[in-house]
Amino acid sequence: MNLGKIHKDVAVVGAGMTLFSRRLQETGKEMSWQAAQMALDQAGLTLDDIDAVIMGSAPDAFDGVHKKGDWLIDGAGGVNKPYMRVYTGGGTAVFAPIAGWWHVASGMFERVLVVCEEKMSSCQPHAQSAFAHIWDPILDRPLKPNLVWIFAMEMQRYMHTYNVRYEDIALVAVKNKRNAVGHPCAQLADPDITLEDVINSEPMALPVRRLDISPPSDGAAALVLVSEDTAYELTNEPVWMDGVGWCIDSTMWTNRDLAFPKFVARAARMAYEMAGIKNPREEIDIAEPYDPFDYKELQHLEALGLADPGEAAIMTREGKTQRDGELPVCPSGGLLGVGNPIAATLGIKVGELFWQLSGQAGARQVPGDPAVGVAQAWGDLMQFSSVIVMRRRP
Amino acid sequence: MKETVKPRGKPLSGEEMKQVCHVVARPQVKYAWAVGVAMSHFLAGLKQGKILGRTCVQCERILVPPRMFCERCYRTTDEWVELPGTGVIETFSISYIDTDANRIKEPIFVGVLAFDGAPPHSGIMHYFGEVSQDAIHIGMPVEPVWKPGGERVGAITDIKYFRPREGARPSSNSKRRKRG
Ligand SMILES: [Zn+2]
Repeated sequence: MNLGKIHKDVAVVGAGMTLFSRRLQETGKEMSWQAAQMALDQAGLTLDDIDAVIMGSAPDAFDGVHKKGDWLIDGAGGVNKPYMRVYTGGGTAVFAPIAGWWHVASGMFERVLVVCEEKMSSCQPHAQSAFAHIWDPILDRPLKPNLVWIFAMEMQRYMHTYNVRYEDIALVAVKNKRNAVGHPCAQLADPDITLEDVINSEPMALPVRRLDISPPSDGAAALVLVSEDTAYELTNEPVWMDGVGWCIDSTMWTNRDLAFPKFVARAARMAYEMAGIKNPREEIDIAEPYDPFDYKELQHLEALGLADPGEAAIMTREGKTQRDGELPVCPSGGLLGVGNPIAATLGIKVGELFWQLSGQAGARQVPGDPAVGVAQAWGDLMQFSSVIVMRRRP
Repeated sequence: MKETVKPRGKPLSGEEMKQVCHVVARPQVKYAWAVGVAMSHFLAGLKQGKILGRTCVQCERILVPPRMFCERCYRTTDEWVELPGTGVIETFSISYIDTDANRIKEPIFVGVLAFDGAPPHSGIMHYFGEVSQDAIHIGMPVEPVWKPGGERVGAITDIKYFRPREGARPSSNSKRRKRG
């Protein structure tokens, strides 16, 4: 890898997102159009100014329509332009903007629109039935698995290996659902939620309980990316994508220790190296790690080098990851609070860092003028991770 | 403070959903998956009550589930070996939901086991049975409970489940940890 050969620096100059909701009346195309329109408006651009479009969306099975990228193109604004869909499961939320980044960083395109969409409510009676199709058909599917099993098994192994208490993990759900109160798009914000609510919520696949899980959701989000050549013509507050990294492990997930996701650490190392981050604990002001389940936030913080293995739970207990803490984590409210329309969580990961680092996060604004953030997503058969380091320049 | 997210979208309640026009369909698609070179051999082994793995002499793993190439070394694997079939629980879950997220009354025990006679993490996902919620733990020694020979068809379900192995010496990481 030659990280020194990148042609152009890349900035985010606009972002948008729809409501995240259990069920929206809008189609996938309509949601994509709404989010893209907001991002373009914020950047002060129209579709004519856009040179290429990246679409991110997770399994076709949610919609029951194949080649979903082609299907959604009208809403994403890709008609008659260089256009591609990328898909890395849950990792799409941070991988789609990475694809946008290389379009611009290569020098090939000046302005790129990134649109992510997920409409999970189409799949009846529950999106879980579509998730069943990601398992190995020979060894796994005859056991009639549920996707929550994977998380339960990983969480159990994580707790066992690093001696992490369930109560500390559940505090992540409390924090994020409370943080989401400040988010105008949130689906599951709850200002009054307590630790007891999470601990006493119904068992799904123990140790996972209902409130440990983010909800399936409909929603879309979008970003406008431009190069260093025109960023300051559009805004005084561009936020720079200074490092990107991604990595994927084998699908043979029963052949590795589930306690620590090494592929996340590898993706983070790549992004940190590119961004010149030597000591993430010292240099990162805000983290938006992927939190589809509460323990995932902790495991990801550890793999991102922001805590030692097992330490993220203690940081949570001590309040260090609160919005006004030492290291605010998921100030957006995360997937647990805002909702989990898989690819569209772009809006609460990279989108949130854009709004936070440019001082536009409103009620969610992290105090202290944060300048550097890291966003991370995770997906496929719990094997993939994407990481972006973002910076505001003085 | 500036706030630029102006959410759009119209949420629908379940009741509204019934009034809003929608189109319902069920895809009719069937598949017959070739199980491949490695898994054909493995599934034939299950029919005979054997757990088979493939060795890779370069990374010194025994691959279970077996494959004809090692994805880490990216080379052809070396030979078939039969494992004793016993193992230890690497991780587990007590599930109250079925594959479609419907609630089930009697929870099922599911998890990953690592087979004895192979390096760490050589294992598969399966059910655990004949064990209580209080007793099941990571590191617990287990053994397969096979379907009777005449009922085995060459499928992962030829093993009904894995149950605690009585009299087995507990492995080093079998220490019970009590959690809330
Ligand atoms: Zn090997």
